[in-house]
Amino acid sequence: MTYWPPRIVVIAWAALLVLLGMTIFLAYEPLGNFNLLVALCIAIAKALIIMAVFMELRERSGVMIAFAAAGFFWLAILIWFSGADFITRPQFPPQL
Amino acid sequence: MHEAQPAFQYATLEQQHDAAQLGMWTFLATEVLFFGGLFVAYFVYRFGYPADFAEAGRHTKIVIGALNTAILLSSSFLVAWAVTAAKLDFGRLAAGLLVGATLLGAFFLALKGYEYVQEFRERLVPGVNFQFEAPHARGAILFFIFYFAATGLHALHVGIGLVILLAIASRARQGAYSICYHAPITVAGLYWHFVDVVWVFLFALIYLVGRSGA
Repeated sequence: MTYWPPRIVVIAWAALLVLLGMTIFLAYEPLGNFNLLVALCIAIAKALIIMAVFMELRERSGVMIAFAAAGFFWLAILIWFSGADFITRPQFPPQL
Repeated sequence: MHEAQPAFQYATLEQQHDAAQLGMWTFLATEVLFFGGLFVAYFVYRFGYPADFAEAGRHTKIVIGALNTAILLSSSFLVAWAVTAAKLDFGRLAAGLLVGATLLGAFFLALKGYEYVQEFRERLVPGVNFQFEAPHARGAILFFIFYFAATGLHALHVGIGLVILLAIASRARQGAYSICYHAPITVAGLYWHFVDVVWVFLFALIYLVGRSGA
């Protein structure tokens, strides 16, 4: 028994702050369309760390993880079909 | 302290905890779709007005945004620590950590408010005083409508979280939680961490767009 936080929680916190610094640094690098991709990948990495360590999903059952993933799964479908609509329109945005 | 008993509909405390967590994750799934709808709108408009979004993004206050991200991540860290401390019967430590997390959350809101004031002064508030360079005005106003809607709804979640954290802190201080009984503090923690996850994506989409150009 100890007052101190578990080591993995401290590591997760440090990793999150490092990723924050990385994403800011990379945002100023001219990577074209990859800037968005890099920002999103780092955001997803941060979200996974928060959910696995802070939210303790790594210690939970498959059922719990499935419940946690369900919302993101439906969101992926929403993004998929909305994206399919807008990127295939002959003219978007409409000219005013 | 006497041994905690499960509510009558549960066989064991463990089952009761699982039910509480499952319920919280179900609520969070609805929250993912709640904020997710906003994100889809963002991607559609960004796809439609890429140059306007880059220009509008450069008007956001990245120093405040980055500081606020670090504040929320650290606040989440304190809550994660508090949950483990409460399970080990360190109730007073857990309460102190939760109060620390609450103070960080309040600091987040204060910085957010300061940011809103600056944006008001720079005439960036749609429907109030919005003015933007003509070639980029169309997409920029959509960007700032998203900005105020998304960060405003997020700030509301932070505010609710502060009340929850303080309520849980006062219970923790009384030694209400232990290795046997900790569902309320665990579930409150899940909510606070989720608010953090939402901010991580808001930060990437609001403050980082357009930084590499012009």
